Amino acid sequence: MEADSKPKKSGARLCCVCTQNRAALKRPKTLEQICRECFYAVFEEEIHQVILENQLFKPGERIAIGASGGKDSTVLAYVLSELNRRHNYGLDLFLLSVDEGITGYRDDSLETVKRNELQYGLPLKIVSYKDLYGWTMDEIVKMIGLKNNCTFCGVFRRQALDRGAALLKVDKVATGHNADDIAETVLLNILRGDIARLSRCTSIITGEDGPIPRCKPFKYTYEKEIVMYAYFKKLDYFSTECIYSPNAYRGFAREFIKDLERIRPRAILDIIKSGEDFRISTTTKMPEQGTCERCGYISSQKWCKACVLLEGLNRGLPKLGIGRTQGLNSDAKISNGMVIQEESVQEGQLFCTNQVNPEDQFFGFYICKK
Amino acid sequence: MACNSSTCNSSGCYKGYEEEEQPKPNTKAAVNGGNSCQNLCVKCKVNEPVCCGIGGENSRFCKDCFKNNLYGKFKQAVTYNAMITPPDKVLVAFSGGTSSRVVLQFVHEMQYKAQKNYDANKDKSLPVFGVGVAFIDESSTHSFTSLHIEKAIEDIRLIVSNLAPPSKELFVVPIESIFSSDGIDGKERLKELLDAVSDVTGKEDLLIRLRILLLQKIASENGYTRIVLGTCTSRIACHVISATVKGQGYSLSADIQYVDSRWEIPVVLPLRDCPAQELNTLCSLDGLKIVELLNGPCSGINGLVSSFVKVLQEENPSRECTIVRTAGKLTPFHFNRVPEIHDSNVPSATRRHQKRYTLKPNGSLSSDSFCPICSSPLKKSNFPSSLRSHGNQQNPDLIASACSSCQFQILPKDPSLMEEFLSVLPQQMITKAKHGDQGDFSLLREQIQEFLLSDGENEI
Repeated sequence: MEADSKPKKSGARLCCVCTQNRAALKRPKTLEQICRECFYAVFEEEIHQVILENQLFKPGERIAIGASGGKDSTVLAYVLSELNRRHNYGLDLFLLSVDEGITGYRDDSLETVKRNELQYGLPLKIVSYKDLYGWTMDEIVKMIGLKNNCTFCGVFRRQALDRGAALLKVDKVATGHNADDIAETVLLNILRGDIARLSRCTSIITGEDGPIPRCKPFKYTYEKEIVMYAYFKKLDYFSTECIYSPNAYRGFAREFIKDLERIRPRAILDIIKSGEDFRISTTTKMPEQGTCERCGYISSQKWCKACVLLEGLNRGLPKLGIGRTQGLNSDAKISNGMVIQEESVQEGQLFCTNQVNPEDQFFGFYICKK
Repeated sequence: MACNSSTCNSSGCYKGYEEEEQPKPNTKAAVNGGNSCQNLCVKCKVNEPVCCGIGGENSRFCKDCFKNNLYGKFKQAVTYNAMITPPDKVLVAFSGGTSSRVVLQFVHEMQYKAQKNYDANKDKSLPVFGVGVAFIDESSTHSFTSLHIEKAIEDIRLIVSNLAPPSKELFVVPIESIFSSDGIDGKERLKELLDAVSDVTGKEDLLIRLRILLLQKIASENGYTRIVLGTCTSRIACHVISATVKGQGYSLSADIQYVDSRWEIPVVLPLRDCPAQELNTLCSLDGLKIVELLNGPCSGINGLVSSFVKVLQEENPSRECTIVRTAGKLTPFHFNRVPEIHDSNVPSATRRHQKRYTLKPNGSLSSDSFCPICSSPLKKSNFPSSLRSHGNQQNPDLIASACSSCQFQILPKDPSLMEEFLSVLPQQMITKAKHGDQGDFSLLREQIQEFLLSDGENEI
């Protein structure tokens, strides 16, 4: 049914679920008129069902919730701890936050997460780029500009989450990716020609064969509904766009999905369904999974992307690891973004060795002392 | 959660290991030979270029090379997929737009060449394939003045008659003849049917289905063996997105291949590799007349997807090709190839060629069932729940066997209206629902063909 085909009745409407209270809102997913209490109930119940049907958690597991201080992760933390209590999941929940070192943006949102720690009673761990890699995003942007900064941040954050999860000794990481995000990703992968990712991007659990599996309990939850929930429950969250993100490719998909939602709300779920149903041959060439030679992190190449990027930063070669063509650089013997000569590492520089520190699984970063 | 960088190139940012994105036209490709090449056609390097392909500045062609390039894509698609063989009678669906004008032109040129060869050849062993043209008059669904539509039909007759020799039969058929009762009766029924569909997108999609059914009808009643559509890359790109958006990800790969043999008469898409922009350029270069029928812009989901793809194209002219290429990596269905030729009149070389090049059947011979309304193959585990058939015991088959997309956007929401709806659907769709699982038997039959003694089709 088209969104504008329902005639508007004058006078107060009753909630279509309990038919007792006055309807306070229209559900973005179904356009049903519903009261606040029933909205909370149906919102939480749907997520509970997703968790059950997909067997996301097991009793006794330690779960880290990726917490940025934004609406998705705040609502996720709130709902998960609520459901954990109500339905006795038996989970040990933690908040895991990543400090990229973006002044004016991240420090504000981190304050939010610290408040969440108190409000929800969930222990918080913050891992920072500065500690892990020796660089903050501010410093990175100063060096490489605004062009490929998202590359660095995204790659570093993924590893940072895994490292933080390892430090917390958790069994899984839960992230607040919602239905809109996943629908956007499906479209993006079609537009970008990435058939390998297309086959994986709708999975509700990923990385099961890697260090820490991740799950997305909000896979079928609409972004608008998350916002509504946070608004009505008066949850504490921080909402601003990252200051280093110019409008970009995902923006196209996002615009489109917003327009789509207006004329057919269920289209978001339909996109996800299509993504799940795509007939992709299992013999399609997928990247082979190995480990990084420098730090031991999961990688399909000899060095993981983070190591390559870091090397570039440390050597003043901001383009290292960026883009597809990796030409030969005459003065540093670089092939495929990997430095072959270790002697080229300067004194005082952060570098990686092949030695893996037994205390933490992936670390191998040291300051060079010649 | 989102990467917001427009030019982000990392592998963490959706540009994957296997991305085959074509280079943007404004990247400085290595210019070999310096300035002298810039004013010459990139193909023959002799003539002055008069137009650009979608590669922008890097693909400037002279008129002949441009045309040959396009025709070459057409010819390759036809040969590689054995779309048209000598004994075939080919029905070209002509809407009046640029794509169908070009495909008509190319099919004609191919036929013309074949005719010349035949005339020049002494032993006359290879007959020339026949070509017919079908135009579907949808004026009863729009508010055109009858003058407008009559002029359009006149123009079309002129175009077709000018494409002789060899002469081609033209069928001008009103859309309401799908109901096999003509005149007012058909018009009324069509109007009732379309009015019963409240969703705008559902209406448009249903109309597309009716169009295909009608083409099938015309083809089979007049002995045609192939239906040629002028569907181009751009239209396929839009279809990929809109099918994804409607939840039809499973059946998507069935609609976008070169050949679609789901129906009685196989449908072929020889212009699949040609972008609309190039087809438009060809029409203006060659002075190919088109008949603008202004069927009205698409609205609803289809219109939205169209504008979306247009925006993407403006940002990167090779986006449509990338979309089609990605979707091309999805596994097709067993019916996405021409049926095997058992006709001994067809030269064995052609038959061997076809066997070699057509797609292998997809693994297990699953007997796909199809949605009776849109003919999309249904995923086994996705059998729609029979919740909707509660209110309607008489026709649970149709409702239960329709795909989720048709259930949502075409079938009436109110169960009490279902009976009435079914009464105005074309007979072909109802019949399909009753004999749902017939899809795969032809393929099974092919396998055991040589051992069958009886010639009858009615053992099932």
